[in-house]
Amino acid sequence: MSINPLIIEPPMMIAPGALRAVEQQPAGPERMRLHDVSVFYDDVAAVRGASLSIRQGEVLALIGPSGCGKTTLLRTLNRLTELTPGATHSGHITLDGDDIDRLEDTKLRARVSMVFQQPNPFPMSVFDNVAFALREQARRRPRRRELEPLVIGALERAGLYGEIRTALDRPALRLSGGQQQRLCIARAIATDPEILLMDEPCSALDPRSTAVIEELIRSLRDELAIVIVTHNLQQARRIADRVAFMYLGDVVEEGSAEEIFAAPAQERTREYVAGAFG
Amino acid sequence: MRSRRSDDRAERLLGTVACLTFVGIVLMVVFVTQRAAPTFSHEGLSWLGAGGDVDAQIGAMANGAASIHVRVWPLIYGSLLTSGLAVLLALAISLLTAIFIVDLAPRRLRGLMLPVIRLLASVPSVIYGLIGILVLVPFVGNDLITAGQKESVINVIQLTGAGLLVSVAILTVMVTPIITALTIEALAAVPRSWHEGAVALGLNPVRATIAVSLRAIRPAIVAATALAAARALGEAIAVDMVSGGKAFSPNLADGVIFVYEPLRTMASTIIDQGENLSVPAVRSTVYALALLLMFSGLVLSVASRLIRRSLRKYELSS
Amino acid sequence: MVAGESTQPPQLSARRRRAGRRSAVRSWRLRDQVVWLLAWLAGTMLCLVAGSIVVFLAIKGIAYLRPSLLVRSPSPSANQSGSGGFLDPLIGTLTMAAIGTVVATPLAVATALWIVEYGRPRRLAGLVETAVEIVAATPDIVLAIFGLALFQFGIFAPLSFRASSGGVYGRSFLAAGLMMSLIALPLTYAATRNALRAAPSQLREASYALGKTRVATIRRVLLPKVRSDIATGATLGLGRIIGSTAIVVLLLGASLQNSPQGGVPLLGFLRGTGSTLTSYIFENSPSGEGNAPQKAYAAAFVLILIVLILNAAVARIARVGSGAAATAGRLSL
Repeated sequence: MSINPLIIEPPMMIAPGALRAVEQQPAGPERMRLHDVSVFYDDVAAVRGASLSIRQGEVLALIGPSGCGKTTLLRTLNRLTELTPGATHSGHITLDGDDIDRLEDTKLRARVSMVFQQPNPFPMSVFDNVAFALREQARRRPRRRELEPLVIGALERAGLYGEIRTALDRPALRLSGGQQQRLCIARAIATDPEILLMDEPCSALDPRSTAVIEELIRSLRDELAIVIVTHNLQQARRIADRVAFMYLGDVVEEGSAEEIFAAPAQERTREYVAGAFG
Repeated sequence: MRSRRSDDRAERLLGTVACLTFVGIVLMVVFVTQRAAPTFSHEGLSWLGAGGDVDAQIGAMANGAASIHVRVWPLIYGSLLTSGLAVLLALAISLLTAIFIVDLAPRRLRGLMLPVIRLLASVPSVIYGLIGILVLVPFVGNDLITAGQKESVINVIQLTGAGLLVSVAILTVMVTPIITALTIEALAAVPRSWHEGAVALGLNPVRATIAVSLRAIRPAIVAATALAAARALGEAIAVDMVSGGKAFSPNLADGVIFVYEPLRTMASTIIDQGENLSVPAVRSTVYALALLLMFSGLVLSVASRLIRRSLRKYELSS
Repeated sequence: MVAGESTQPPQLSARRRRAGRRSAVRSWRLRDQVVWLLAWLAGTMLCLVAGSIVVFLAIKGIAYLRPSLLVRSPSPSANQSGSGGFLDPLIGTLTMAAIGTVVATPLAVATALWIVEYGRPRRLAGLVETAVEIVAATPDIVLAIFGLALFQFGIFAPLSFRASSGGVYGRSFLAAGLMMSLIALPLTYAATRNALRAAPSQLREASYALGKTRVATIRRVLLPKVRSDIATGATLGLGRIIGSTAIVVLLLGASLQNSPQGGVPLLGFLRGTGSTLTSYIFENSPSGEGNAPQKAYAAAFVLILIVLILNAAVARIARVGSGAAATAGRLSL
């Protein structure tokens, strides 16, 4: 647990007063629900019996030490675990009531988007990156005129448009790390997903970019449900509405951010939050 | 570092040896150009054009005709047709095979593919030619071409099975491993995170490979295609065995028969005229053809470099 | 399906469900389904073609190959299918392989050493590398013709066949062997150069720090390290030499028998014309003179066996050495 220097000096885009726990928002409708989900890699359980609820308007943070299964749980939500051979699961996950195993995986992932730990923009222009999923989903080849408003909209919501409005056709790989990650977020939300999954999105970035992205998460929260995996407890404190603490594959405790950080019920949660192990 | 004298000596020695290759090349180019000069000076560029029966013209020269007279366009056309079709087919097959290996093949089959490709690449061209002439040509000639079709063109050419179809088939098999191997190698260097990102956006794995990974290695594919084209153009023995031995220009207007028509390529002509090289007229023509082949190789190399440069715009630290 | 808030969890199953391993192809768009089908076809067809070539050659080869063929010389006779063997071509192939490799390997290693370890002046190094690249990209037939032009030139006449009338044909084992070395050169060169480049600089620095000269470093430190890569490159070159036909047909005369030139035993042989397995196959096929397909099949079987053994050898040696050489091999197909 490191002391975030932003607490000391005023950062550019963080609004004052954001340092305390996030204001309680009235939670929206439930979007996804996990029913006793277990995930096995070749018979070794990575996640055991997880039951969680994901609501719109909420940021759910999955916290826990390395190897506790939080990333695996996240990747189960958009069935990305299927890419790993030997992965099986039990239990149900529903998206708006539908069992996600019954949906087409391509359609599922258009509704449940993901941002990865390492920014991975494609070797194309900024515009093509954001328009990528839009082009692939369209029936016939959409014209640039049709795509532009959607692309610009996504870039604006990701807080990137102002910086690159003149450079939409420049290579995406020339952007800085923080810009690339925001581009990946823009790319992920371009298709108007219902859920946004984020796998430690700031761990490869510098503190300033981290602050920008945290603010971004706050603003996106209203339209989407966001699930974020993070090993940075301070970050979880700053941006999470609900927190689930995982340890060795089990969801040990789950509750509002205030409960978990101020008054956790479980011993192990208390130890982790206090920094006894990491 | 001690004793610089031995270093200097070694450097000079190694340098001289290294330059031997370079000097050898220059010498060869000079000699060949000199040998080919008569054809160029005599005919100028019309040498490359069409006009008359190339076989007859070369035959006349071989038998001691006074001057050089030849129009080699049918040979150029034959080379372009066979190599072009073969490279296009090979490109399609290679890309599909790459997709197969990367996304679709079950694990056991995947391990088999690379040895298979290496095997196909190392079969000597004369063996491809042998199988072509002893198996494919009779098959095409007896089982595919109908008597009626043979009848229809009997005045002009004989349809024996040796011709465009078998030539392209063999060249395709010879050239596919080149493109496939280089494509797979280039794919291995593409970060897997791109593919994962595309799948996470809702693309199926095959679509993700095409839209991201293959797109990212376009320069490598271009380079591989150029290599394959040079190889196809230069293949003499196998083509000579299965192309029908007549300098005919297959005509699309003939319908289906088009693929059965015989032809001759530049490379196969060089091999064919191997015995007649003592005749100066034939010799200069053959050398001129060799220069043409070498020149086309250079053109392919330059074109490939230019195309690759324009494709690299969006890659940076890929 | 009821969308919206779910209040009742569906029936829990304790049974493990297999996560769908592959995206259900049936749900894909049509064009992707077509690609899926074609990709499967391409992959399996490639395997089938390779397999059937090997099986076919084996069947035909075993049918027609008799041990006597390996030890008897080709003899001209009316009954082509019954007479003679391919001892001469076999010797020819071995000779080609020997000359080609013996000439190419030191040349390639020296060139690679110079380029990587010295490489001055820069312009010259660039020219040499370009020259090798050009040779690598040039088809066999063009090299054969170029070689013919070279060896018909007066100076090189002693190396080649001189007809009874005194005309220099420029054909001989020596001429063909030298051209063979040219096609093996780029492969050995690339393997050695890649291996040298991959050798960590600490290796050289440590040697210099001990006071060794560059020459000694090369001899004692670098060369031993890249030994197996040189072997890989040489074997790749060997494979290419053995499979080459065009050079043989043009530069060796492609007669069925080996005909030495002049009296001196070894030198006469090398100056004479002859054949190799590849040209033997060519001549015995309907394209050539012999028209004895059985012999062609037998020789083809022997040839493909040699090639397969060489392939296995390359795989074996390359595993011992660094991956650099294997890369060079794949690139210089």
